[in-house]
Amino acid sequence: MFMLFLTACTSASDSTTQNSQPLVQSNYITNKGSDTIVNLALAWAERYQTVRPDVRISVTGGGSGTGLTALINGSVDIANASRQIKPEELDSAKKAGLNVQEFVIARDAIAVIVNPANPVNQLTLQQLSAIYRGEINNWSEVGGEDRPIVRLSRETNSGTHVFFLEAVVRMNDKKDKTIFTADSLLLPSSEGIISEVRENPNAIGYDGLGYVTSEVKMVAVSSLKSPDIYILPSAVTVADGSYLISRNLYMYTQNVPEGVIKAYLEWILSSEAQKIVVDLGFVPAIDQ
Amino acid sequence: MRQEKRKSDIIISSVIKVCGYSSILFVGLILIFLLREGLPALKDVAFSTLFSVRWYPIEGYFGILPLILGTLLVTISATLIALPFGIGTALYMSEVAPRWIKEVLKPVVEILAGIPSVVLGFIGILVLVPFFRKFLDLPTGLTAFTGAILLGLISIPTIVSVAEDALNNVPPAYRQAGLALGATRWQTIWGVTLPAAKTGVLTAVMLGIGRSLGETMAVMMVTGNAPVLPTQIYALFRPVRTMTATIASEMGEVATGSQHYQVLFLIGILLFVFSLVINIVASAVSTRQRKRSERVLS
Repeated sequence: MFMLFLTACTSASDSTTQNSQPLVQSNYITNKGSDTIVNLALAWAERYQTVRPDVRISVTGGGSGTGLTALINGSVDIANASRQIKPEELDSAKKAGLNVQEFVIARDAIAVIVNPANPVNQLTLQQLSAIYRGEINNWSEVGGEDRPIVRLSRETNSGTHVFFLEAVVRMNDKKDKTIFTADSLLLPSSEGIISEVRENPNAIGYDGLGYVTSEVKMVAVSSLKSPDIYILPSAVTVADGSYLISRNLYMYTQNVPEGVIKAYLEWILSSEAQKIVVDLGFVPAIDQ
Repeated sequence: MRQEKRKSDIIISSVIKVCGYSSILFVGLILIFLLREGLPALKDVAFSTLFSVRWYPIEGYFGILPLILGTLLVTISATLIALPFGIGTALYMSEVAPRWIKEVLKPVVEILAGIPSVVLGFIGILVLVPFFRKFLDLPTGLTAFTGAILLGLISIPTIVSVAEDALNNVPPAYRQAGLALGATRWQTIWGVTLPAAKTGVLTAVMLGIGRSLGETMAVMMVTGNAPVLPTQIYALFRPVRTMTATIASEMGEVATGSQHYQVLFLIGILLFVFSLVINIVASAVSTRQRKRSERVLS
């Protein structure tokens, strides 16, 4: 059995340095963060019950930023993040006396999705960037029908949002300070994006490959270097590096892990746990 | 025996007194907390940033104008939708409906009040959003208008129950006098009963506005949350981002004490001020009305 707390409040008053010790009490691990990772983390926690029935793991979503804030405030043992920890977050962790440790636990492709009725099958990275910058506003400009483009995005506390901003909108140009156009819809969940894309032929959205259902259509994306070759996201194209919009998924601990947390993280990187990664549509962190 | 009674009297009355004062205490503490966390934003974040038109907090864009106007747009439209339905239902229930219909209607309206807003939000996403996109031929159905319809639905029960109480408190003699003078039933309702219950009806409307101003979940699910400055009329049929949705979706992420955190509390202060103004207006209206009616009666 695993425990799923649908809503967990991280009270700001918890944030004290007294809590900097991992909250290991009777083999109980709390795990919170990225909504991209939450299904994977739940599947792991569930399977881990057959490996170590004495260890209980509670898994919660809420977003990468939420999980890392909770880790720094001392209210969770492991934070899930679909982006790397930010320098500001590292600073506040250091102030709280923590030596935060990073683990790459899987890889993920961000699929760009449109409604199945939309004739557009492929986009260059520049076109995608221009769409989300607000420079392209009609599907006819990228080979589609004469329809307005409705841009969907995750909320700004989502690691997927930050990654998409850097990798697509800014095309990995560190000096570029462009942001999403103001009329991008910020939806609170992955499901919200999928359901609007499924229903609305004007919409374009992005989501982790593991969330994409057959009711929406993935768009093939070309890289900057070879603009004529369009690649669809899949485990293979992420692993060989040909699909551009892919990233690492992380788990963070407050300090160098010990005891049950260490054992759990080691198990996550085992081939048994990494097989679950493939089953859920992600890409393993280790070569098998 | 007598002494004991007096003792229990003292205990009970002091307990009640503490309960009465506690709400003042709570409001005071909440206000102090809000001010302490939110006011530093005015010092740390430049005014030109705060009153700009771009909200993108993770890169330091803290323009709250789109959020304020988004909230006003949704709340005002919701009130315009809820007002006729709410007062109409209240009038029907108290003046027109036969007893048995009234006995069915009242609990049904109360059930409507009890439906969690997240459930209404779901219905909004699955039914209203696709419907309005096709019916009104919009780019997307996630709009201020969809949010206003849901908020109207949420605030109608508040308006109905308070307004109906007010109408019921109008003495039957007023209606009888109206009818005796030869007025039709509708003329009596419009010319006598409703004006007599004006104070209570206005309070009902104010409470309804307050309800839609503070609503978060349903709005967050159906308005699309794009922080666009609503300037044109058609903005009603475009996505907006409200103040409550912003606080709800971003508060979990921010580092305590950061600029973003302070600005979110500043938005909280503004919401507090808005509802304070609504309450002051409501009570000012009701006291003024009472004085005038007293004058007439004396």
